[in-house]
Amino acid sequence: MKHSTFFWFFAPTGLAMLIFIAAPIASVLVQSVFTPHEPVIIEAENCGPFGCTTETTIDQDATQALRDAEPLGRFRGFDIYFDRGHLAVAEVAEAWRTSDSLGAFFGELGDLPFYRAMAFTLTYTFVCTPALIALGFVIAISVNALHRSLRGLAIFFSLLPMIVTPLVGSLILFWMIDSRGVLGTFIQYLADDPDLSIKASTPLMWIALIIYGIWSSAPFAFVVFYAGLQTVPQDTIESAKIDGASRWEQIRYIIIPHLMPLVTFVALIQLMDNFKVFEPILGFTAQAHAQSLSWIIFNDLSGETRQLSAAAATSVMTIVCVAILLSPVLIRTWRDFRGRAR
Amino acid sequence: MKKTFALAGMAGLLASTAMAVATLPASADGHIAGCPDSGRISIVGNEFPAIQTIGAGAMACAEAGADVSTNLTSEHQTINIPGMQGNPAEYTSAIVANSSIVGLINEDVIRPLDDLIAEHGDGIQQNQLITINGQVMAVAFMANAQHLVYRADILEEAGLDVPTTYEEMLAAAEAIRAAGIVENPVGGAYAAGWNLAQEFNNMFLGFGGSHFEAGTAEPNVNSEAGVQALEMMKALSEYMNPDFLTHDSNTTNAEFRAGNVALMNMWGSRAATLVDAEGVPQEVIDGFAIAGPMTVGGGDVPASTLWWDGWTVAANISDEDAEATFLALKRAIAPSILEDEDTAIQAVWLIDGYEPTPAAEGVFAAAQSGTIPYPMLPYMGLLHTALGNELADFMQGRETAEQALADVEAAYVAAAREQGFLQ
Repeated sequence: MKHSTFFWFFAPTGLAMLIFIAAPIASVLVQSVFTPHEPVIIEAENCGPFGCTTETTIDQDATQALRDAEPLGRFRGFDIYFDRGHLAVAEVAEAWRTSDSLGAFFGELGDLPFYRAMAFTLTYTFVCTPALIALGFVIAISVNALHRSLRGLAIFFSLLPMIVTPLVGSLILFWMIDSRGVLGTFIQYLADDPDLSIKASTPLMWIALIIYGIWSSAPFAFVVFYAGLQTVPQDTIESAKIDGASRWEQIRYIIIPHLMPLVTFVALIQLMDNFKVFEPILGFTAQAHAQSLSWIIFNDLSGETRQLSAAAATSVMTIVCVAILLSPVLIRTWRDFRGRAR
Repeated sequence: MKKTFALAGMAGLLASTAMAVATLPASADGHIAGCPDSGRISIVGNEFPAIQTIGAGAMACAEAGADVSTNLTSEHQTINIPGMQGNPAEYTSAIVANSSIVGLINEDVIRPLDDLIAEHGDGIQQNQLITINGQVMAVAFMANAQHLVYRADILEEAGLDVPTTYEEMLAAAEAIRAAGIVENPVGGAYAAGWNLAQEFNNMFLGFGGSHFEAGTAEPNVNSEAGVQALEMMKALSEYMNPDFLTHDSNTTNAEFRAGNVALMNMWGSRAATLVDAEGVPQEVIDGFAIAGPMTVGGGDVPASTLWWDGWTVAANISDEDAEATFLALKRAIAPSILEDEDTAIQAVWLIDGYEPTPAAEGVFAAAQSGTIPYPMLPYMGLLHTALGNELADFMQGRETAEQALADVEAAYVAAAREQGFLQ
């Protein structure tokens, strides 16, 4: 392809990527290195139904003048990234100095919002992703083995968890695992402990969130693998059968290698998605037990005073983390590509 | 099935409109008294019964030709600032409380109302005006406070008096549990986040704490009062449903309605209509009773906070829309709304001609016994957020009270530095 042809072919995509991907990222980056101006504080008399008091308040006009002079705010460099709400450099160093054992050090780390969020997010990502790939694969194989007339119905039901809005799906599950809900009571019966409450226990809440994550995302893996199964070369399968290969051997030596590129694809998408876990934490009201980077962003923006710079910094850190997380898969894809090109 | 629901909804809508119209006189030409006949009115606010009434009152002006819409949701706080920062603002009014007005003032998205009051202020009482640095920024229509809500029948069965202190509440809870009447007799909105932080604020003020070092933005919660407050909360939580960290005020009320709770600290704004819902057992309806807020640790100041709810008008809208919004909301809080009995009991109205109903007893007791108003400081919201995030660790027994409070202060300081309140 000529360079000019390629340029005009790629230009619309490139422009769209610039506007919808690069520009927002640049904007978030800028917001994360600037913070609001120090407000001009005055003592003023405030009156209301409960009488008058002299209270501290912001001098709007003076603060507005500061904002007009420098609309971006105060330049703080990477200060926000290093503060306690984010990488907490000083606190981590202090914890390292004062803890006598590695366990104590990690205990201290778990007290800092970013590291606490990372502990849950990484566990969630690395348990959910392989589990949902395996589950999606099993569903795909099973549905594919069904009689043609039943497949449509089976596909529809297998896709339901993905069709249900995540927040609604998590809320329904949340009510079911309530200590007075269907599942909650059943689990109490199984454990023979009438006081057992999933919502009051951090490990059980993590398990519930992870099960929800697998349940809601497995259909995605299923759909992709099911499509892949339709392209498995039938003559290879037949010759394997003639050679006496069992069903398991057919799956192990023909189907799985055939679907491998799709596994990479699903892993890529799901690593990214699971790392940004958010809705189940909200739906399960699980913030006392589990937090994620996305939840921290939401929380920073939903207080009575919105912390835009803090939220922007966490957003940038999410992007960086996702890039790090995906790098092995991306490198692998790149190697495969080069290998094939040769 | 679907059709039936739609019809039922429609009927409900018609009934509520009819009621709203009936309470306020409409003149013969279709022009409704007091309503603006043009302009855009868009209201965002919380969703408890009294605010629903205000919203419906403003909606009635749609008949007169104004373009009215309301968005009443418990998530109002997340959307009101973004919805008022645009120009023109999406929302022409936010219904706020003494906590949430601070964010709006910090962001400069609401306008002073002095000129509108001068022109149309008749019928609004002086004590309804929220004045900040000499400018009227909001018009309050109701007062609110958290206070005791209890089951008189259960206390009687256990042979107990109505508790006036948290220590008595603990003793009563123990007695009720020991008598096998209710397993988890204490209720409380202890959901991690805003609710948990608010319960701490109550208890902290009850123990004589003050959130900041006088005259500064330096936090002061890691103190003796803070530790005592947390320990009392922890002691209470032993008598709560084990899921208490997921129970907000709606869930706590549902627990009370289901008959699972005998004693709880609850918002006055929700208490009045607490047992009106469908399917509430008769003994809960009969036993439902309210009393003033409790004190704690031998203090005189109740472990509660005083609140007002009021409406504001957005800064980034045309003067015509501002005037229309003002008029519609003024009409929604007109003294004549009190003629409706259901409306009169919904809240402690600050409106002219309001006669306290028995449902208002708790909030009145709070106001009379010197309850401290929720602090209207520009940095209070940051401390509230930090408390909500960091206290759950202590409530789950993962940290000591001192550690949790040190975490609160550290989280607050990081946020206050970002916002420029601390250097």
